[in-house]
Amino acid sequence: MGGNLSNRAVRTLAIWCPDWPVIAAGGAVDQPGAVLRAGRVFACSAAARLDGVRRGQRRRDAQSRCPELVVYPDDPARDARVFEPVVESVEALAPGVEIVRPGLVVAAARGAIRYYKGELPLLAKVSATVSDETGYDVQLGLADGSFAATQAAYAAHIVQPGESAEFLAPLPIRALDRPDLADLLIRLGVRTLGDFAALPRADVLARFGPDAAYAHDLAHGFEARPPSARKAPPDLAVEMALDPPIERVDTATFVAKTLAEQLHDRLVARGLACVRISIEARTESGEQLARSWRHGGVSTAGFSSSAIADRTRWQLDGWLSGGIRSHHGRPTGGLVVLRLLPDEVTPDVGRQLSLWGSDFSGIGDIEQVERALARVQGLLGPDAVVTAVVGGGRELAEQVRLVPWGEPRETSPGDACPWPGRLPSPSPATVLTAPRAAVVTAVDGSPVEVDERLAVSAAPGFLRVESRAPVEIVGWAGPWPLHVRWWDDAAARKRARFQVSTADGAGWLLAFEAGRWLVEACYD
Amino acid sequence: MLHAAALPPDLLERVGVTTFTSSDDAGSSALLPVPEALAGLFPEGGLRRGWTITTSGSSSLILALLGAVSKRPGWCAEVGSPLLGSAAAAEAGVALDRFVRVAEPGEQWASVTASLLEAIDLVVVHPPARAGVGDMRRLTARARERSAVLLVTGDCAGKWEGAMVNLRVTAQQWHGLGDGHGYLKAREVQVQALGRGAAARPRTTNVWLPGAGGVVSPARESAA
Repeated sequence: MGGNLSNRAVRTLAIWCPDWPVIAAGGAVDQPGAVLRAGRVFACSAAARLDGVRRGQRRRDAQSRCPELVVYPDDPARDARVFEPVVESVEALAPGVEIVRPGLVVAAARGAIRYYKGELPLLAKVSATVSDETGYDVQLGLADGSFAATQAAYAAHIVQPGESAEFLAPLPIRALDRPDLADLLIRLGVRTLGDFAALPRADVLARFGPDAAYAHDLAHGFEARPPSARKAPPDLAVEMALDPPIERVDTATFVAKTLAEQLHDRLVARGLACVRISIEARTESGEQLARSWRHGGVSTAGFSSSAIADRTRWQLDGWLSGGIRSHHGRPTGGLVVLRLLPDEVTPDVGRQLSLWGSDFSGIGDIEQVERALARVQGLLGPDAVVTAVVGGGRELAEQVRLVPWGEPRETSPGDACPWPGRLPSPSPATVLTAPRAAVVTAVDGSPVEVDERLAVSAAPGFLRVESRAPVEIVGWAGPWPLHVRWWDDAAARKRARFQVSTADGAGWLLAFEAGRWLVEACYD
Repeated sequence: MLHAAALPPDLLERVGVTTFTSSDDAGSSALLPVPEALAGLFPEGGLRRGWTITTSGSSSLILALLGAVSKRPGWCAEVGSPLLGSAAAAEAGVALDRFVRVAEPGEQWASVTASLLEAIDLVVVHPPARAGVGDMRRLTARARERSAVLLVTGDCAGKWEGAMVNLRVTAQQWHGLGDGHGYLKAREVQVQALGRGAAARPRTTNVWLPGAGGVVSPARESAA
C-alpha cells in the first residue's frame, strides 16, 4: 500500500522563519536572545546557540553559558500576530497557504511551480518577496508532503520528487515530534527515521497503535496528512454575528472561546476531530478575511477546543492589529461576522469517556475541565473564574494576584525576592477581603493603643470582634510595623500588626491603624 | 525499613514520596486521597467519590483536603467567598494552577457549582445563607452522578440535605506565641467526623494543622 500513498503526496513548499518566537519578540539573529516557557528555553537566537544555549535548558544554565542573553517573555499571541504579514506575502504568491504554527507555513506548490516556470524560480521569488515585504529571513524547503517539506525547510533543501524517503532516513527519530514514541523507540535502538521506516508497518500498528503507524508513514515520506482525513460536511461550520462589531482583541478572546466550544461540541457529537480549520471573518464594509490553520503539522489527534480558541484568537489579533490595514489601506472598521469551518476532519480515535461517566484519570481530564470552566465563564463573564498566583509583597492582599482563567499565569520579577516584614509561615487560611472591626482591651478594661514609636500602651488582654462576646487573649506578638508606600503621601499607610491567640484556641492577625483595630485574617 | 511518618515531610517531598494512605492503584480510584493524618476520620481511609461532606469553622482543614487531591494530581475549585487564603493553600500543597476560584457567583451559585462538578474532583462551595433545599438536593445528586466530591462550608453547612459526613474542629490550640514575642508556629486540633451509614460512628483524630512547614501531621492523643 506504500506505493499508492507515496503517489498521493503532493509537492509542498514549506516556509520557515528560524527561531521565530525570539524574532517576533524583537530579538535579532546576531544577538543572543531566548524565549522561556515554563522556566525552560523554548526558542533561542542563532547567536545564543553559538554560545551553547539549547532548547530545554533551564534559565540559569542558559545564562551561565551566555551571560549577555536577553530573555523575552513567552507570548504565542504575539508570535502569531507578528507572523501575519509573512503569511500574507506568501499567500500573494501561492494559494492554499496553511499555518502550521507561528513561524512555519506550508503551501501546495504544484500550481505555483508551473506559474513561475520551475522550482528554483519559485523559491527565489518567495524568498525575495518575503524578505522585501516583511524584512524577516526565511528558510525554504520543497518536498513531497508537508512533513518532508518542513524537514527540508529546516535544512534549506529541495528534495527531488519521489526522494523524500531517502532524504528523511538519516534524520533522528525526534523529528517526528512525538516525544513519548521517540523515547520508547530510542530505548529499543531505533534512532533514525530510516530505522523506523524499515520496521514492518503491520507490526508498528499492532504494537504502537494508529498514531505510530501514521508516524511510520511519515518516516517513509508518504503523504503527510492523516490518511482518513476528508472534507468536512458544510453544516459543521459555526458562525456568530458580532454586534457590536469587534475592533479590539480583548473582546475577541471571549467570542473565540465560545465559538470554539460550539464547534468542538458539534464535532464530538459526530465522533470527529478537526485537523485543519479555516477561520473566516467579514468586516463592516464587507471585506472577507480567511485563513487556514493546520493541526501541529502531523497528528491524527485533531484540535482540542482550547487549541481552536487559541488559533482563532491569534488570527483575530493578527487581523485587528494591522492585517486588515496592509491589504486595504486604512482599517475599515470592526469584524461583524466570525465563522469557523473545519476544513478537514478525521474520525476521533482519541480519548473517549468511559462508560461510567468520568474516567478517574485525574489530570487527563483537562479537556473536560476547560469546557466546564468555559460554561461558568459563559454564565458570569470571563473575569469571574480565576486562579491565584502567589508572589512578592508584604501585605496579604499584595502577595496574591488573581488571574482570569485562560490568561497566562505570569510571575513578576519581585516574586522570588525576599520581602522583609512579611509574615512568617504558616500563612492565615482565611484572609478577609473586608477587614472586620475589633476592640482590644487590656486586662483592666482600658483600650490598648500603639503610638508613633510603636510602644504598646498595655498588654492585650481581651479581643472583641464586631459584636461578639470578648475572648481572653492567651498569647500575642507584635507590633510588627508595616509602613507601605512611604514615598507616596496619598497611598502611604502605617500599620502595626499583631498575631494573637485566644482562649478558645483561635489565631488572629490584627492590625492597629489610625487609632482603630482591625482583623485582617484568621488562622482557622 | 524506614517508616514514612518518621521522616520530616519536606524531605519526603524532595525525594518524591507521597504520604497518602490510599495507594493510587486501580482498585482505589473510587476514593480521593486524604492526608495520612486525617485518614482515620473516614471509614474507607479516603473521600468516596460522589460524596457530599460538610465542614465549618476551619479553613486549614479544607486546605489540607484540597492539598491531597491536588497532589494526586487532581483539580479543585471553590465557589463563593470568603476565599481560602492562597498563600496558605500553596503551603498546604495545593497546586494553584489547578485550583479554580469563582468568588462572586451571586444568584448563579448553584448553576456554577453544578457545572464545576461535571469535571472537577473536589468542589468547595460557600452557599448563601438562603440556599434552598431544592438546590441542596440537586447539587448532592449531581456530585453523586459525576463521581465528584462536594464540600459544603459556611453557615448552611449544618442544615445541608444529603451530606454523608460532617467534619468539625472540636478543640484547638495554637503554639508559638508568648507574651509579646514569638509567632504562630503550629496548631494542634482535634477533628471530629460524624456521618451517616458507614460513617455513623463518630471518629476523632488529633493532628497538627498546620504543623511545621504547613503540612498536616499526626499529634498525640492526649493533646488539645
